[in-house]
Amino acid sequence: MDFLLHPSGAGQKLLVMLIAIALFVAVVGLLLTLLSAPKRLPRWLAALGFLAPVLAAVGFGLVWPALVTVANSFKNKNGTEFVGFANYIRIVTEPQFLIVLRNTVLWVVLVPVLATGIGLLYAALIDRTRFEKLAKTLLFMPMAISMVGASIIWKFVYDNKVGLMSEAYVGLAHLVGQTVSAPQWLMNVPWNNIFLIVVMVWIQAGFAMTVLAAAIKAIPEDIVEAGRVDGVTSWQMFAHVTVPMIRPTIVVVLTTVAMTSLKAFDVVRTMTGGNYDTSVVANEFYTQSFSNQNKGLGAALAVVLFVVIIPVIVFNVRQLKRSEDVR
Amino acid sequence: MTHRPRSALGLVATLALAASLGACSPSPDDTSLTPAGPPPDCAAYTAYGDLSGTTVTVYATFIDTEGAEYESSFAKFGECTGAVIAYEGSRDFEAQLPVRVEAGAAPDIAIVPQPGLLATMVETGKVRPAPAAVSKNVDTYWSASWKAYGSVDGVFYAAPLGASAKSFVWYSPAMFEAAGYEIPATWAELLALTEQISQAGDVKPWCAGIESGTATGWPATDWVEDMVLRFAGGPTYDKWVSHDIAFNDPAILEALTEMGKILRNDAYVNAGIGDVQSIAAEAWTDAGYPILDGQCYLHRAASFYQTNWTTLDPSIKVGPEGDVWAFPLPGLTADSQPVVGGGDFVAAFADRPEVVAFQTFLSSPEWANAKAAATPQGWVTANSGLDSSLLASPMDQLAFQVLSDPGVEFRFDGSDLMPSEVGAGSFWRELTDYFALGKSEQAVLDAIEASWPKN
Repeated sequence: MDFLLHPSGAGQKLLVMLIAIALFVAVVGLLLTLLSAPKRLPRWLAALGFLAPVLAAVGFGLVWPALVTVANSFKNKNGTEFVGFANYIRIVTEPQFLIVLRNTVLWVVLVPVLATGIGLLYAALIDRTRFEKLAKTLLFMPMAISMVGASIIWKFVYDNKVGLMSEAYVGLAHLVGQTVSAPQWLMNVPWNNIFLIVVMVWIQAGFAMTVLAAAIKAIPEDIVEAGRVDGVTSWQMFAHVTVPMIRPTIVVVLTTVAMTSLKAFDVVRTMTGGNYDTSVVANEFYTQSFSNQNKGLGAALAVVLFVVIIPVIVFNVRQLKRSEDVR
Repeated sequence: MTHRPRSALGLVATLALAASLGACSPSPDDTSLTPAGPPPDCAAYTAYGDLSGTTVTVYATFIDTEGAEYESSFAKFGECTGAVIAYEGSRDFEAQLPVRVEAGAAPDIAIVPQPGLLATMVETGKVRPAPAAVSKNVDTYWSASWKAYGSVDGVFYAAPLGASAKSFVWYSPAMFEAAGYEIPATWAELLALTEQISQAGDVKPWCAGIESGTATGWPATDWVEDMVLRFAGGPTYDKWVSHDIAFNDPAILEALTEMGKILRNDAYVNAGIGDVQSIAAEAWTDAGYPILDGQCYLHRAASFYQTNWTTLDPSIKVGPEGDVWAFPLPGLTADSQPVVGGGDFVAAFADRPEVVAFQTFLSSPEWANAKAAATPQGWVTANSGLDSSLLASPMDQLAFQVLSDPGVEFRFDGSDLMPSEVGAGSFWRELTDYFALGKSEQAVLDAIEASWPKN
């Protein structure tokens, strides 16, 4: 039966696969058959039967690794010795990591504000217009593209030889009678961070718009009507009726996008690899753990990310509950 | 509710099938060689004895054509001894080998591309010290420094296998002839030629590129190593690599500044591509191509860059009379010839007789000759027992000549020997910033020194 552990050739591999599926089906099927015979089983046992797999999955897949990561963050690069807070001290004192922290702050502030702002304006403008569906689709489309795909597209946009942005820059300069060659946009510190952030905003604005547009639709007609009767201008309607009515949703969108941008990894990894002073915590965590083989420092960066993200999540969940209560 | 189990079961089965279809990708990399064909001339192989019915698993980075070339170089060993050599190549070798060793599923033989990874593997305690026969072969056919690269803490573990020489400057013989330029013999002559070319017309002398995805910056580290070896000398180079002197030592600063004379001078770079900054953005794989369009004269790249020419266009001839050719990057004087290079090493995780026999075979001239015969271009070794007439490409012959010349001061690629935080981290990053952001030499070296692991 050695081939079960060391299959060689497609036939044996296929066989092992089938055996694995059969085993999986048998175990889960057995579990479900046992549990769905309520008369023979006490309720608590049934509940345990359903909950145990989930608890085990969360425990082994999430809680345990998180604890190990926290423990590792106090260890050296091989995880052989405790070094106290040394890794954390490096993160908050060394210039290279201070730049990483600065960039992360830029991302977490700018992406949610810009994406939500653009999404909100767009949603309010197109609400109940003739082109609503088409307009929504256009802004939502980037959401359907993977982050890596979007990053590659934008990398071409910023390319200094064939890029759209470079062409536009050279063309504009030509209009005012200047002959220039396009700069290396992605090496232009500190603006290159903004160029990367634009990519994330481009992706996330569609999400913000969709959620906010739904919230705007849910504003009771009588309130809007009352405003109209009172003769408010469009701006007054937006500022004093629309925004206050969907405030909880705006907060949820802001915090959700903030969480996404805290985890921004794909965009940075694909477009600059964290070079040219553009690294963020999520990317640096990967680089330290896997390229530099410094497990301790990598774990410390992961913990920093984790700690920073907790208040955002708590706030997000609270607002989510509140906005559900409103409905 | 009685129907629930059955439908749930069906759902589970469907999901499981879907999941397994998604997860089950074919792994075409592993194949086995079985002895076949008429009995070949086995005189050189009788010493290994009869190994029928045994299997040696080999794990390495080489895949596709390259992997096939390795497999065919093993074939005769299999035919003559009866052993089955099960070769597996993987792009993820560097990440997968530690995982496999930790999991207790180590291959019998691993071909490790860096001494650093070899040291990490030795730390696990699973690597066997090299058998006496291997040690004897290496003493006979390699220089002492090569044996040292395969040793950890004074114990010899891994025999060198392939090698590469990196200190070459590519050029177009036809362009040089048309302009009447001579191959420079010293660094000063190289600088003079550079100035001469930039004065002569619109064509800038050098082209360079260090972009390499997430490994961006590594080609620049080779440049720096070449400069350190020339301007600080071999002994200082060794101390610099082992961190017995600081990374930002004045000798290193001098070497980096010397490199900057060429690579950070907008009059000298970056021909056909852009300015100094464009070096950071240009893919290293494409950086030499402007030579073909007559847009630049000089491009420093390793011997293995020859594959890049023929990848672009198979009709390009690499050779002294061909479209492109290379001369060794000169030393400070005409009679000094420092070379930076790399290589891979054979680590064994088992000491069964057939593994020892195969390991010994890999360190022998017979294997080197078999590999040379199986490879059309792009492979060379520092095994002095190699019959260089078997190397089909002139570039491989030149590289072998450089590697086996006792007058050449050879040093292993320093970034491969440094801790990965530096050698695959800050060294790459800071040199990228050196070109992309215009950081000063001192700031670059200070930042790398600061990143050197303290524990």
